[in-house]
Amino acid sequence: MTQLLIFNVFNGLIVGAFYALMALGLSLILNLSGVINFAHGGFLAIGAYIAYSLIPYVGFWGGLLFAPILTALLGLFVERFLIRRLYQRDPLYSLLLTFGLAYILEDGTRLIWGAQSLPYPIPEWLTTPLSSEYFFLTGYRLFMVALVSVAVGALFYILSRTRLGMRIRAGTADLETVSVLGVNVRLLRNLNFGLGIYLAGLAGVLAAGMLGLDPTIGSSLIMPSFVAIIVGGLGSLPGTLLGGLLIGVASGLTTVFFPSATEAVMYVMMGAVLLVRPRGLLGEEGRLQ
Amino acid sequence: MSGFNRQRASTALVWLILLTMPYWMALIGGYTELGTRVLVLGLAAMALNFLLGFTGVLSFGHAAYFGLGAYGAGMAIKYLAPSTPLSILVGVVLGTLAAALIGALIVKLRGVYFAMVTIAFGQVFFFIAIRWNAVTGGDDGLTGWQRHALDLGLGKIDILGNDKAYYYLVLILFAIAVGIMALLLRSPFGRTLLAIRENERRARFLGIPVEQHIWLSFVISCLFASLAGTLFALLSNFVDPRALHWSQSGNFVIMAVLGGMRSFWGPLVGAAIFVVLQDFVSSHTENWMSIIGLFFVLVVLFFPRGVLGMLRRKAKS
Amino acid sequence: MSDKNLLETKISRRGVIKAAAAAGVVQLAAPFIGSARAAEPVKIGLCNPLTGTYAAVGKNELIGCQLAIEQINAKGGIIGRPVTLLVEDSTSGDAGTAVQKSRKLIERDNVNFLLGNVNSALALAMAQVSNEKGVVHIVPGGHTDAITGASCHWNVFRVCNTTQMEAYAVAPELLKKGGKKWYFITPDYAFGHTLQAGLEKAAAKIGAVKVGGDLTPLGATDFSSYLIKAQAAKPDVIIFLPQGNDMINCIKQAVQFGLDKRFHLAGAQQELEALEGLPPEARIGTWVFEWYWNQPGVPHVAEFVAAIKKKTGRVPTARTWFGFASAWSCALAANQAKSLDAHKVAKALQGLKLPPEVALMPEQPFFRAGQNQLIPTLYVGNAQAKGSAGEDDLFHVTEIVKGSEVAGTVEESGCKMVWPS
Repeated sequence: MTQLLIFNVFNGLIVGAFYALMALGLSLILNLSGVINFAHGGFLAIGAYIAYSLIPYVGFWGGLLFAPILTALLGLFVERFLIRRLYQRDPLYSLLLTFGLAYILEDGTRLIWGAQSLPYPIPEWLTTPLSSEYFFLTGYRLFMVALVSVAVGALFYILSRTRLGMRIRAGTADLETVSVLGVNVRLLRNLNFGLGIYLAGLAGVLAAGMLGLDPTIGSSLIMPSFVAIIVGGLGSLPGTLLGGLLIGVASGLTTVFFPSATEAVMYVMMGAVLLVRPRGLLGEEGRLQ
Repeated sequence: MSGFNRQRASTALVWLILLTMPYWMALIGGYTELGTRVLVLGLAAMALNFLLGFTGVLSFGHAAYFGLGAYGAGMAIKYLAPSTPLSILVGVVLGTLAAALIGALIVKLRGVYFAMVTIAFGQVFFFIAIRWNAVTGGDDGLTGWQRHALDLGLGKIDILGNDKAYYYLVLILFAIAVGIMALLLRSPFGRTLLAIRENERRARFLGIPVEQHIWLSFVISCLFASLAGTLFALLSNFVDPRALHWSQSGNFVIMAVLGGMRSFWGPLVGAAIFVVLQDFVSSHTENWMSIIGLFFVLVVLFFPRGVLGMLRRKAKS
Repeated sequence: MSDKNLLETKISRRGVIKAAAAAGVVQLAAPFIGSARAAEPVKIGLCNPLTGTYAAVGKNELIGCQLAIEQINAKGGIIGRPVTLLVEDSTSGDAGTAVQKSRKLIERDNVNFLLGNVNSALALAMAQVSNEKGVVHIVPGGHTDAITGASCHWNVFRVCNTTQMEAYAVAPELLKKGGKKWYFITPDYAFGHTLQAGLEKAAAKIGAVKVGGDLTPLGATDFSSYLIKAQAAKPDVIIFLPQGNDMINCIKQAVQFGLDKRFHLAGAQQELEALEGLPPEARIGTWVFEWYWNQPGVPHVAEFVAAIKKKTGRVPTARTWFGFASAWSCALAANQAKSLDAHKVAKALQGLKLPPEVALMPEQPFFRAGQNQLIPTLYVGNAQAKGSAGEDDLFHVTEIVKGSEVAGTVEESGCKMVWPS
C-alpha cells in the first residue's frame, strides 16, 4: 500500500508537470493580455501534428525542436491579425474569438491529417522503464520531466533576466505605465502570445509521445490547466506551476482510494482554495477585481 | 415612428412569429422540433443576457445550471413521479440552489476571472454527471423516462406525441419567463443592475450593495437558464452530460452577442440564427465546425453589437 | 417554383452523398414530368458521428454505406427505385443533437430507413425516436447489449455484435494465452460495463477469476495510476476494455511501462482503426475482431477490399463492413417484402440471411428473430506489428468463432418484443 502511494505521488508529479507546462502558456497570455485562450488545446494539437509530419525528415529531435517554433509562428500570426484587434474591447470578445478558433483548429487538423489516430514514433531507448521495480519511471516520462524543468527554468530565466522578460513582467503589473515609458506594447503582447503558444506546441509534442495523436488530443488537457491557474493563483506563474503539480498529485492519490473522483478532486481543490483564499495559493492581492 | 411605438411594433412582431411558427416552418424547410429548440436555447441565452447584458457580468458557465435543470427534470420523472410540471419544478429548484451557493463563492471576482471560475465550476457538475453512474447514467446519459401528458383536470393535453402541443407549452413558459425578466429590468432593481454595469465604482459609492445585487442577478439568470434546461431535457426525453459542458456555455454567450447583448430580444434572435445555421451547415458538410468557428470569429470582429444592435444603429442614422 | 418544388430541390442537394447522377436528374425533374417516371428515390438516413472521438470509425461506416448504395443502385435500387443516402453528423456524444437530427431525418426528410449510431447511448436515444415514429432502424456499430436486449424494439436491428458475444468468443483464448487471474480496466459507460460483465460470466464458466478492476472515465488521458494499481494486483492478464483513443492511450502507456513483459496484455473488442494508431511495439495481445479484410478463400472479400481501396486508398475495417451490411440489409429486406412499409420490412428483416456478396464471412450471418440481432462470424486472434499480407495486416486470426455458439438464447438476451397493434 505504501508503495502504491509513493508510486502515485511520483506519477502525479510527472503528470502535474505536464499540466503545468500547458497552464504556464495560458497563464502568460492571461496575465499580460487578459485573454483566456480557449484555443490553447487546438495549438497543442497543431504542435503535435506538425512534429508528426516533420519526423520523417528531421527525426524525433528535429520534430521536438522545430514543431513548437512553427506553432509559435502560427500563434504570432493569429495574435497579429485577430486577437490584437480586440484588446480595447470587453474581454468577452477575445474569449469568444479563441472559442471559435478552437473549433477551427480542431476541424482543421481533422481536415489535414484525418480523424484516424496516428502512431507517433519515439526513440526506442526512451520507451523502456529504467527498472522493473520502478516501472513507471520510463525513459520517456523522465525525459518529459527533464524537458519541462528545462523549459520552465528557461521561461523564468527569460522573465527575470532578459529585457523582453522584464517588460512582460512590468506589463503584467501595469501595462499603462510600461506603454508610457516607450515600450512597444503591441510587439510585447505579440511576442508574449508567441511564447505562450510555443509552450503549448511543446506540450503537444510531448503529449503525442505518450497519448494517442488525434484531433481532440488537446481538448481534455485544457480544463486541468485552467484549474492549475486558479488553484495556484491568478497572475502568478510560480503559482501556476505549483497548481499544476498539486492537482497532478491529488488526482494520482485519489485514484488509489476513490477512482471515480479522479477528475472531480481537482475541482474540489479549486472550490476549497476559492473559499479559503480566493486569490489562489500564490496569487497577488487585489488582482481579482 | 417614435421609439416607443417601434418597440411595441417589434415586440408584437416577435410574438406573432413565435405564435405561428409551427405552421410555416415546414414550408421553408424547418421542422417543429427545430422551432422548439430555438425557443428553449433562446430562453437560455436571454437568461444569460440578464446577467451579461444588463448587469455586465460575464459568466461562461451557464451550461452548468442549464444542465442541472435538465438532470433535475429527468431524474424527477425517472425516480419521483411521472409528472411533467413536477419535473420542471424540481429542475428549476436544483439549478437555482446550486447557483445560489456558487454565486456566493465567486461574486467578488470580476471580468475575465469571473468567467474562468464559472467555467471551472461548471466542469464540476459535468464530472459529477459523467461519473456518478448509478444516479445520472454517466456518460450514457439519463434514459428510460419521457415527458408525460399534461393533466389539466378538464382533460389531458398530449405533449408527448404531439410536437406542436409541446411547442406551445414551451412557448407559454417562455412567455412567462420573459415577462418576469422584462418586469424585473424595468423595476428599481433592474435599474440598479444597469447602474452597476455602467459604473460599478460609482454604484458602490452611492451605497448600493453591489455584491448582493450581482449575486441576485446571477441567481435569477441561472433560474431561467435551468428552466430552459428542463424544457431541453423534456424535448429530447434524454439528458446527457454534454448539456453541462463548457462548450454549451460558449454557445449561449455567442447567441447573446450575435443577436445583440444590449437589446432585450437580441439573444433570441441570436439563438434562432445560431440554431438554424448549425442545423443547416452540419447537414451539408462534415467540416461544419470550421464554419461555425469562422462565424464566431467574424461576429466578434465585425458585428460586436449583434444583429439588433446594427439594425438599431441603422434606424437611428 | 411551388413550395413543394423548392423543398424537393433542397433535399436533392443536401446530404454529403447524392444518388447516382441519373437518379438525381429524375428527382429534380420529377415534379414536372409527373407520374410517368416518378421513381421517387428511397431515402436512407445515416445519423452517425463525423466529429469528435468517434469521427474516424463513424467515417468508415459512412464509406461502407456509400459503397453499398452505389451497388444497390447499380443493381436496380430498392423495389425499382433509386436510393439516396442522407447524412447527418450526430457528434460523438451529444444525445440532444443525435435526437434532433434523427427527428429531422424522419419528420422533414421522410427517410424510409434510419441508420446509426456508433455510440451506444446515442443509438439507444435514436431508437426511442425511431420506435415512436415507426421507422425501420438499423444500428451498424453500437455494441451495448440493451439495444437488442432489454431495450429492444420491433423496428430496431443491429449489425455489430453484442458485448456478450464478443466476451464469450474471446474468453477461452484469454485463458489459454494468458492465464486465469484477470484484472479489468474498463471504461465507465454502458458498453464497458456490459463487456466486463460478459467476460466475468464467461470467466466463471471456464474457471478464470477476476482479481481486481477499475472503471476509467471516457476521454481519460493518463492511465498510469490505474496501471500502477493493476500491476500491484499481480494478475496473469490485464484486460483492456476502453475503445478508440482511450485504448490507444492506455496500451501505449502500459507498453512504455514494460507491463507487456510481465503480464499478458489483452482485451475483447479490438478494431483496425485503433491498431493503426498504435506504434508497432504496442500492437500486441489477444483480441476479437468483428470483421477482417484479410480472409483468404472467403468469396467476394477481395472485390470488396479492392472497391474500398479504390475509394479511400485504405483497406476496409469492421466499421466499413458494418455500414456496408446495414445499407444492404435495408435493400434486401425491402426487396423481399416488395414494400417500404415499416412492418413488412421489419418482418422481412427478421430471419433475413445475408447473401455471400454482402456477408463477406465464412458463416452466413442472419438477423435472429425475437431480438433483431445479426448473428455473424467472430475472429479471435492477436494483434501484430506487421503481418505477411502487408502494411495493413495488423491482426492475425487464430480462431474463427460461429456467432450462434456465443450468442446465447433470445430469452437470455432479455428482449421482450412488443409489436404495435
